[in-house]
Amino acid sequence: MALLTCEDLSLGYEGKPILEHVSFRVEAGDYLCIVGENGSGKSTLIKTILGLRRPLHGKIYAGDRPSGTGGGKLPPSKRLKRSEIGYLPQQTVVQRDFPASVLEIVRSGCQGRQGLRPFYSKADKQLAMENIRRMGLEKLVKRCYRDLSGGQQQRVLLARALCATRRLLLLDEPVSGLDPRVTAEMYQLISDLNRKEGVTIIMVSHDLGAALQYATHILHVGAHVWFGTRDDYLQSKVGSSFLKQGGMPE
Amino acid sequence: MNLANYIQLPFVQNALIVGVLVSLCTALLGVTLVLRRFSFIGDGLSHVAFGAMTVAAVVGLTNDMVLVLPVTVVCAVLLLSVGQNAKVKGDASVAMISVGALAVGYLLMNLFPPSGRSNISGDVCTTLFGGTSILTLRPEEVTISIVLSAVVVLFFIFFYHKIFAITFDESFAGATGARTKLYNLLLAVVIAVVVVLAMDLVGSLLISALVVFPALSAMRIFKSFRSVTVCAAIISVTCTIAGILSAAQFNTPVGSTIVVADIVVFAVFSLIGWITQK
Repeated sequence: MALLTCEDLSLGYEGKPILEHVSFRVEAGDYLCIVGENGSGKSTLIKTILGLRRPLHGKIYAGDRPSGTGGGKLPPSKRLKRSEIGYLPQQTVVQRDFPASVLEIVRSGCQGRQGLRPFYSKADKQLAMENIRRMGLEKLVKRCYRDLSGGQQQRVLLARALCATRRLLLLDEPVSGLDPRVTAEMYQLISDLNRKEGVTIIMVSHDLGAALQYATHILHVGAHVWFGTRDDYLQSKVGSSFLKQGGMPE
Repeated sequence: MNLANYIQLPFVQNALIVGVLVSLCTALLGVTLVLRRFSFIGDGLSHVAFGAMTVAAVVGLTNDMVLVLPVTVVCAVLLLSVGQNAKVKGDASVAMISVGALAVGYLLMNLFPPSGRSNISGDVCTTLFGGTSILTLRPEEVTISIVLSAVVVLFFIFFYHKIFAITFDESFAGATGARTKLYNLLLAVVIAVVVVLAMDLVGSLLISALVVFPALSAMRIFKSFRSVTVCAAIISVTCTIAGILSAAQFNTPVGSTIVVADIVVFAVFSLIGWITQK
């Protein structure tokens, strides 16, 4: 059963579409990579899935298509809730000189479930510590975010995202600006979350090599939208021509 | 008159009470405003409040709060919550509203001089730079200030973690289910209230100083959001008390004296920050 179904989405700004006819399904445990050229609307698609923007056209369902041909409908209690999505955004200018400790940032991942409760519960604090350990940040708990290296900062944000969810993680260019060694570590970390802990991953990346190494499914956006499994992508016209452009080995 | 006698005077006590409360509020909100690149919103809103005040004076309202507070709140909401998606971007829209309100306010004051007042430039000067208004507070103004400041401080404590979340990363907070629009709206309202409160203390032009200096000073040295917030509050309150007392001693304008105290602290903190980071 699907965790997320998108049907014939059109995205754009002020009524002008930049991306049209996007349809795909994400099943629990999938690792979906969204690839495409710069400016093709990858980040906009992520923001739309997250509910930060409205699509111009089309529908996003939590679960399967509600009725008709799409098969069974998940009972409401099992459907994906807004507060079960974890998100690793691209870094903003604001964050670079932000005075905040690692602990403060990771805990803020629990905020989505807080409602109007003013303070974090014991369970929230434990969850934060658990994720800090999972990301290997124990020694940095009290450190200031702006004093950390790029890779450490990404791990802090990943720990925060894990506080928000154990089900679905959306990652927007998680390795941009990282050096090759740290990039490989980051990919391994994400892959472990997917394979060992069953976290569903949707990742935007311009790094096609990594996408093909780790992903189970590929969504190619641009003039031609293509969605399917990784193996089918390698055989497809869209996939092979994009690979050639990128100078990647087939 | 020596300091001990001076503090005994009821109007000085009123000034100290209101001063401490208002500077506490500006410092608390200042941290999030500075970090979200909205340092100038205090300035912009205070000019709006100035414009509204002149309208109130022209119309002849005895209690100008009735007009000034709602107008400022509306502008704050427009700037903070709508402004981020608008076509005119944050800093430009703040500049636009700020200068516009200032000009219209001054024009109105000259076109329709409030009856019984001949010294327009004196009035304007007081509104802009605070003048002695904090030393001439009426008892009901003191009560209003105490109540409003208490509300602001309680709001800040209650929403502290949410304010941190939307300040650090609004997209993440929104994406994972936090009600960012609601919190932004509340924050805008609270900021407007604080600006209107601070008008009496330092005047329209110097409000930005109360907003940015304590936060910036604290950020030189402290490295977590909580320690920065607490430190900014302490700096701000201390500088205000020092400013009010030395203004009395040296017979200087209260508002600018407070701001000078804030500048001195900023310089000292920057120096300490620079030395400790080496």
